[in-house]
Amino acid sequence: MSSGFRASVLAIAALALSLSACDREERHSRAKPIGENVPAGPSPGLLYAGGAPSNVPVDPRAALYENDAPALAEGQRLFTWMNCVGCHSHGGGGMGPPLMDNQWRYGGSMQQIAATIVEGRPNGMPSFRGKLTEDQVWKLAAYVRSLSGQQSKDVVSSRSDAMSSTTPQTLAPRQPVRSSGTAKQ
Amino acid sequence: MTERERVEQEDKRLAAEREKIARDGPKLKGAALEARLHAAWRRPPGIMGWLATVDHKEIGRRYIITALIFLALAGVLALLMRLQLARPDSNLISASRYNELFTMHGSTMMFLFAVPVMEGVAVFIIPLMLGTRSTAFPRLNAFSYFMYLFGGLMLWGAFVLNIAPDMGWFAYTPLSGPQFSPGKRADVWAQMITFTEVAALAAAVVLVTTILKTRAPGMTLARMPIFAWAMLVVGIMIIFSMPSVALASSFLISDRLVGTQFYNQAEHGDALLWQHLFWFFGHPEVYIIFLPATGFVSTIVETFCRRSIFAYPVVVLALISTGILAFGLWVHHMFATGLPRVGYSFYTAASMSVSIPTGLQIFCWLATMWDGRPRFQVPMLYVVAFIVTFVIGGLTGVIIAAVPLDLQLHDTYFIVAHFHYVLIGGAVFPLLGILTYWYPKITGRMMSERFGKISFWMVFLGFQLAFFPMHFSGLLGMPRRVYTYPAGLGLELPNMLSTIGAFVVALAVLIYVLNGVVSLYRGAIAPDNPWDSASLEWATSSPPPVYNFEHIPVVEGRAPLWDTEGDIPVISGLRVDEKEMLLTTVVSATPDLREPVPHASLWPFIAACAVGVFFVSSIFSPWAVVFGAIPSAIALTAWFWPKSLERHPEPVIA
Amino acid sequence: MMLRRGTAAAGVMLLLGGCAQYQHYQSIFGNAAVEGRDFNQLFVIFLVVCVIMYLAVIAFLFAGIARRRRSGDANVVEQGRQHDSDPLMRTGLVGWGAVIGVGLIALAIASFFADRSMAKAAGNEKLSITVTANQWWWDVTYNSADASKTLRTANELHLPVGVPVRIILRSNDVIHSFWVPSLTGKQDLIPGRQSDVTIVPTKVGIYRGQCAEFCGTQHAHMAFVVDVDSYPDFLKWWHHQLQPAPAPTTPLVQAGYNYVTGRQCAMCHNVSGTPASGQVGPDLTHLASRRTIAAGTLPMSKGNLYGWVEDPQSIKPGNHMPTIGLEPNDLHAVVAYLETLK
Repeated sequence: MSSGFRASVLAIAALALSLSACDREERHSRAKPIGENVPAGPSPGLLYAGGAPSNVPVDPRAALYENDAPALAEGQRLFTWMNCVGCHSHGGGGMGPPLMDNQWRYGGSMQQIAATIVEGRPNGMPSFRGKLTEDQVWKLAAYVRSLSGQQSKDVVSSRSDAMSSTTPQTLAPRQPVRSSGTAKQ
Repeated sequence: MTERERVEQEDKRLAAEREKIARDGPKLKGAALEARLHAAWRRPPGIMGWLATVDHKEIGRRYIITALIFLALAGVLALLMRLQLARPDSNLISASRYNELFTMHGSTMMFLFAVPVMEGVAVFIIPLMLGTRSTAFPRLNAFSYFMYLFGGLMLWGAFVLNIAPDMGWFAYTPLSGPQFSPGKRADVWAQMITFTEVAALAAAVVLVTTILKTRAPGMTLARMPIFAWAMLVVGIMIIFSMPSVALASSFLISDRLVGTQFYNQAEHGDALLWQHLFWFFGHPEVYIIFLPATGFVSTIVETFCRRSIFAYPVVVLALISTGILAFGLWVHHMFATGLPRVGYSFYTAASMSVSIPTGLQIFCWLATMWDGRPRFQVPMLYVVAFIVTFVIGGLTGVIIAAVPLDLQLHDTYFIVAHFHYVLIGGAVFPLLGILTYWYPKITGRMMSERFGKISFWMVFLGFQLAFFPMHFSGLLGMPRRVYTYPAGLGLELPNMLSTIGAFVVALAVLIYVLNGVVSLYRGAIAPDNPWDSASLEWATSSPPPVYNFEHIPVVEGRAPLWDTEGDIPVISGLRVDEKEMLLTTVVSATPDLREPVPHASLWPFIAACAVGVFFVSSIFSPWAVVFGAIPSAIALTAWFWPKSLERHPEPVIA
Repeated sequence: MMLRRGTAAAGVMLLLGGCAQYQHYQSIFGNAAVEGRDFNQLFVIFLVVCVIMYLAVIAFLFAGIARRRRSGDANVVEQGRQHDSDPLMRTGLVGWGAVIGVGLIALAIASFFADRSMAKAAGNEKLSITVTANQWWWDVTYNSADASKTLRTANELHLPVGVPVRIILRSNDVIHSFWVPSLTGKQDLIPGRQSDVTIVPTKVGIYRGQCAEFCGTQHAHMAFVVDVDSYPDFLKWWHHQLQPAPAPTTPLVQAGYNYVTGRQCAMCHNVSGTPASGQVGPDLTHLASRRTIAAGTLPMSKGNLYGWVEDPQSIKPGNHMPTIGLEPNDLHAVVAYLETLK
């Protein structure tokens, strides 16, 4: 009940915030083609032992894509098109780790996820450097974050028009994002 | 005291009581009566009174003015669209913005202008036309206006905030579903439907009850004005059709908000379910818009040809049969979806057959003109324009009722031309005429005849220039809802002509509105019956007093003012110290009950606010259904709380 | 009112003769397939009947207007405003109703026969094509029992003249509508359902079709070309399209090949005979042989290829091909390679 109550309070707050909705649903069809500038190499904060909170400054480019409804929709389509579902299913995981939970091996912030997509990771995550544009990577990162409930509920789409195997995203609880220090490896 | 003295004293006491009750009657008349009635019926002054009014005339005026404002807004959007389409490969307006424009244009015109303006005119005039003091359920009437207003404000607020819907005014799934319409645009649209559907249902209930139960004594169903018949049929149509679209939009919101699978074919839902549910409403909707306009035409034709309508029973039966047949046509919007062909044949036949009652009505109007002595003042000019224009639209409708033809013409500009011909020709022209006709009754002044004629010719010719070329654009291969088209297909000329025509129409409407506004101050003062009409609304002053009629009239024929040469018999006995109206029986209108009429009340406004907040928050969270229900329930409970004993109880006279 | 009649007459003439120059391209009177003839006949029947009905209404209207003009001051209010109707009108009402009813029945019967006639070709098709609609392009597959003879292309169909062809219609996302006005009526492509349309083209030529059901941002730019060829020409095209992409011959083309197969392009596009086998976007194997780029948005040319590959979002904003921001050398190489994909 309390999560429902919180959700409804958030909904009312969202309602208030929606008054500043001017840009939230704007379709930005053209990201700036500034080339491959997603952080290369392991992100700072990734290798802290003991689970120190990461002091990674938030990449300003990431903010454009968070809580942006068309970006999330495009990310959802890319997730299927680029066959992320082949390993991660629709967030539940399979060959690859689940993306809906609160375990983030390589970090769950926008630039960490973007780095994971671009770099690839050991044990099977392919590198998409040079295969996806930066704009597409950010959209995918935003969508991946939405799978664990990190995005505002009124920009996610509840379901895709495919067979449903997961909770509707508008009802998915928000999982805390911790850096990988305390997570089971 | 002797027995006899006691009885005399009792009689005197009772006679004194009877005097105090003060019902209208031969003893109370003239200025004294007017003062008493006015004191009983007027609403509290100030902003509270404005919010709390239950006077159908005030509510009707609000409906009309709000609807005309939405007409202007949607018209401006149309001008923007036409500017974009004036030239091929134009970049004036981007694709996403254009998609928002045509969605807002269609949704505003259909949900926020066409149906509400008809309801508004009806709410204003029907009680006057039926010879009663108020509508039934006046607070529901007030509630309906506020729901409509809030729905419109929500939609246009979304437009201002850049979350306007952009999926088209009928929002087919899966395009409007959760995957392909990200964000809240489609939810805003779907909730606007909920608002306007609740408002329309409320107004329909009010109108149907008013027409069936509150008519003047002697106004049997067979003596009722044609416009009242039209609104009766329309009210029943609304009650049967609106729930379908409310269901469809609720399913859509549910899909989008909590991930149900109604329209998801991968999970055994069906994308076509939306189309069936929507068009089951959508087709009767266009007759809901058209039938009141036929009522307008009958009203104007009777007055301006100075005879009552030819073959009244045929006209009434035509209205009823159109209303019934309208529910059996909806699949003609879906001829291209690949449903079984044999089923399509049925809908072709049904779609063609619905033109028979309308064709008979047209004959009746023309026969009235033939047999009457028409005078061509502005309202009658609009009737002529209606016939010239609507019949084209109706005939192109017969063309597209045939499946092989529709498969080429569906979703092209030929359809755009068709529905603008039937909607503008068939509904807007009669509306402009009837607003001119009832303007003296509403405002007490006459509109300028000269500017009326100028704006008439401009709107009529401008409309032909704007929409006739669209038949050709469609035949030359231009689909609907395209923000641009390539050069070299022959589309440049029709589109440029349409753009020019659209601006002519806009200018004409502007002149018409200016005429209406300026005439408020400068128009000739209107007498009770400036057009020499026959129906009861002209038996009272222009504008009517807040209590409509000093005494309730009694009707003995179809044309009360003509039959009685202004000396109308009346019935008396209604209270003048409390608001009271006379209920009569449904068919033969014999007096039945004296019904107290509710006082002005803020609860409809408060309930509309509560329900409005409930609807708007349920766009964002399903918990709003739970939490929003509480204030709504409180407001509705307060509204329906049984009234305390009357302030001035009538003593029982043994 | 003369204005109205003049407009109508001009319209009919424009219809039948004046738009001859557009008939073969994207016009309902293109009449380039068997169904078109039936359509034209039916349309003319309907038009004639409707025009006659309309003229009857207008004639009655003007008769009513003109009738009383001569009877003096039109504003005199006479006693007894209601009077009996002209008995002619009573017969007229019944007659009018009968005429409408008979007319509609006739039109319905004509429609039925035209419908049956248009459906005759179904069942006899010699060629089967599957068109899958996506936002905002057309995926075209020429079906064959032999997998090696299955041809995949995009946004363009080639049809042999005189041969009935069955086009199976599917959708991958929202509802679209397949419409080539010069050839046949439209059919919707609905996700989760399969429908079909049969065409028997009769005239060699190039025709343009367009999506006719609003499908999102770039609905206006979702067109395709239908090329009706003689049978030998069609076979020649078909055999050619079945060939894989040619190997690169010059260093520039090789560099383009490397980019296309190794970088972003291959994630979405398929080029047969190369490692690029993405299924998300249109097949590029014979891109340069097509008449348009981006589903009818741009005519095929070197300059347009440059523009499209460099920045698709400025040409068709909102479509799913991203703007990569190619370096100039990469761009030259990629376009050079794409131009070899004839």
